[in-house]
Amino acid sequence: MAVASNNPPLLDVRNLRVEFPTRRGTLVAVDDVSFDIAPGEVLGVVGESGAGKSLTGNAIIGLLEPPGRIAGGEIRLEGRRIDNLPYEEMRKIRGARIGAIFQDPLTSLNPLYSVGRQLVETIRTHLPVSMPEARTRALDLLKEVGIPGAESRLDHYPHQFSGGMRQRVVIALALCAGPRLIVADEPTTALDVSIQAQIIALLKRLCREHGTAVMLVTHDMGVIAETADRVAVMYAGRIAEIGPVRDVVKNAKHPYTKGLMGSIPNLGVRTERLTQIDGAMPRLTEIPAGCAFNPRCAGRGSRCLSERPDLMPAGTGRAACWLHDRGGVGRPLAKETIDA
Amino acid sequence: MLAFILRRLLQSIAVLLTVGLVAFSLFRYVGDPINAMVGQDTSMEDREALREKLGLNDPAPIQFFHFIVNAAQGKFGLSYRTSEPVGRLIAERIPATLELSFCAAVFALFVGVPMGVYTGLYPRHWSSRLFQAVSLIGISLPTFLIGILLILVFAVWLRLLPSFGRGDTVMIGWWSTGFLTWSGLKALILPSITLGMFQLTLLMRLVRSEMLEVMRADYIKFARARGLTNRAINFGHALKNTLVPVITVTGLQLGALIAFAIVTETVFAWPGVGQLFIQSVQFSDVPVMAAYLLLIGLLFVLINLAVDLLYFVVDPRLRSQGGSARVAGH
Repeated sequence: MAVASNNPPLLDVRNLRVEFPTRRGTLVAVDDVSFDIAPGEVLGVVGESGAGKSLTGNAIIGLLEPPGRIAGGEIRLEGRRIDNLPYEEMRKIRGARIGAIFQDPLTSLNPLYSVGRQLVETIRTHLPVSMPEARTRALDLLKEVGIPGAESRLDHYPHQFSGGMRQRVVIALALCAGPRLIVADEPTTALDVSIQAQIIALLKRLCREHGTAVMLVTHDMGVIAETADRVAVMYAGRIAEIGPVRDVVKNAKHPYTKGLMGSIPNLGVRTERLTQIDGAMPRLTEIPAGCAFNPRCAGRGSRCLSERPDLMPAGTGRAACWLHDRGGVGRPLAKETIDA
Repeated sequence: MLAFILRRLLQSIAVLLTVGLVAFSLFRYVGDPINAMVGQDTSMEDREALREKLGLNDPAPIQFFHFIVNAAQGKFGLSYRTSEPVGRLIAERIPATLELSFCAAVFALFVGVPMGVYTGLYPRHWSSRLFQAVSLIGISLPTFLIGILLILVFAVWLRLLPSFGRGDTVMIGWWSTGFLTWSGLKALILPSITLGMFQLTLLMRLVRSEMLEVMRADYIKFARARGLTNRAINFGHALKNTLVPVITVTGLQLGALIAFAIVTETVFAWPGVGQLFIQSVQFSDVPVMAAYLLLIGLLFVLINLAVDLLYFVVDPRLRSQGGSARVAGH
């Protein structure tokens, strides 16, 4: 789904910077991240563990865990700036305008309250409805997320549901006040593979029906390829590449994305060996000068060691790589020469 | 659920029988009861007749059986010291101890739990650090020292509160209560604080660490993401999840409050069963000691039974598991 540029974005993140002050100095976990999400759009965010994708999600819903803090940039929801709101103002937006789904459905629900009570509680926090109305709405939501026998399940406790069913309840909870955006942080990682596809299909269907936009944070490229309209690839706290999902998957512009795509096994095609990217993502304390990916990049040049590339147009999307700059990567460097 | 209660009841009875055996051994083998009952000039024949009459020549299991049957009816014989029925002695004293323990428990709960919640929610706030430091003192100072210090400050220096006794009491049936008179209430304050101080600090530290743990849980983060109010999160979601361990400890400590009221009762000359027990020990008044032992055993068992039932009220996960797991956690 290509989004016309004259539509105002639902979510607009500009130059977001998330820092962790530590005893040995400040760690920059998310650095100069900018993207937007249009109404009803699904933006996939992929990256390795520690790339800053979950932190970006948490920053948007205003739930960065201290000492982490937003140190720069702006987050706007429907044109309104939300990154500097007082806690109480942001609380009213959470759940009502922005829903969230977390990784582990087993631990996302309070074990001591029935799912009906948790739904009703959330509905009545955000909507001016009576108890019976809230209960009816809770029941409708449970039916909508495909819980069999919803009437009798309303008064059941989380431990009486399977993992997949619990994640359906979590989705119902995230949707209960009709949010415009859902931040889904690894919503299927903790589930059985057979359940994952169902949950993703459900999330996709519900969001299409409700016109809800989704920021889908995951490290599963398959989920992204199936679900997202656009994808942002994060590396070491920055966006390496962002663009329409089809183009990023088939025709990646950033060497890191290329490597990432090469590492996905292709069903039915017997390849000799999956390609892999040598090395590991640098720790936050050891991000090299220039392009953060340069120690692992086969195509790097002298410029990559000294100048940090920002996102620049590349194909249908944008990539943070000097390959796509008129100036190029500079003097080519063989990989081994620097390692030595 | 019913099966669980029955099983617990059977276990309770087994525990009580064991305590009964200990009490019986005390009765039978600590010293010679005949010596304690008769004068020095009683002849050997009379002693032997009394021995026979009291059934002390029966085989030990038969004696134990009689002891249990009598104990179940509240008959523990006569006190060696006052020659009064032990049952009546204890009935006279137990209201004082129970009222004191109740006040101490209420004090510990209603001050300790909120302090624990507060220090758990704002662990870095200076007042939390102050509470922590003060609680360390409370947990390490011996009870009698706290009692004596309180007497020094409030009874001797400030002359606000009485330093000993129960004040005026009112009889309701056989129960003498200090709750209905001004002097009775004033007399309760210092002993209750003394007795409850340790439990208060214990509860505070327990609730605090449980709160710190629970506030990191995913369902709290998800509750925030749902936009629930802080009040709903802190007290509805977080505090309720700390309750199972808090109930466990409160139950055990309530038993301990009653059992270990001895020290406080001694410091404040409080006419409760603890003081009675101390006097009985000094006089080797074995029937009273045995009855006290059984009484405390019974209270512990009852409290634990209540605690087990409370788990079911608090934690729905236990209801479906038949209560086999005491504390279920994921």
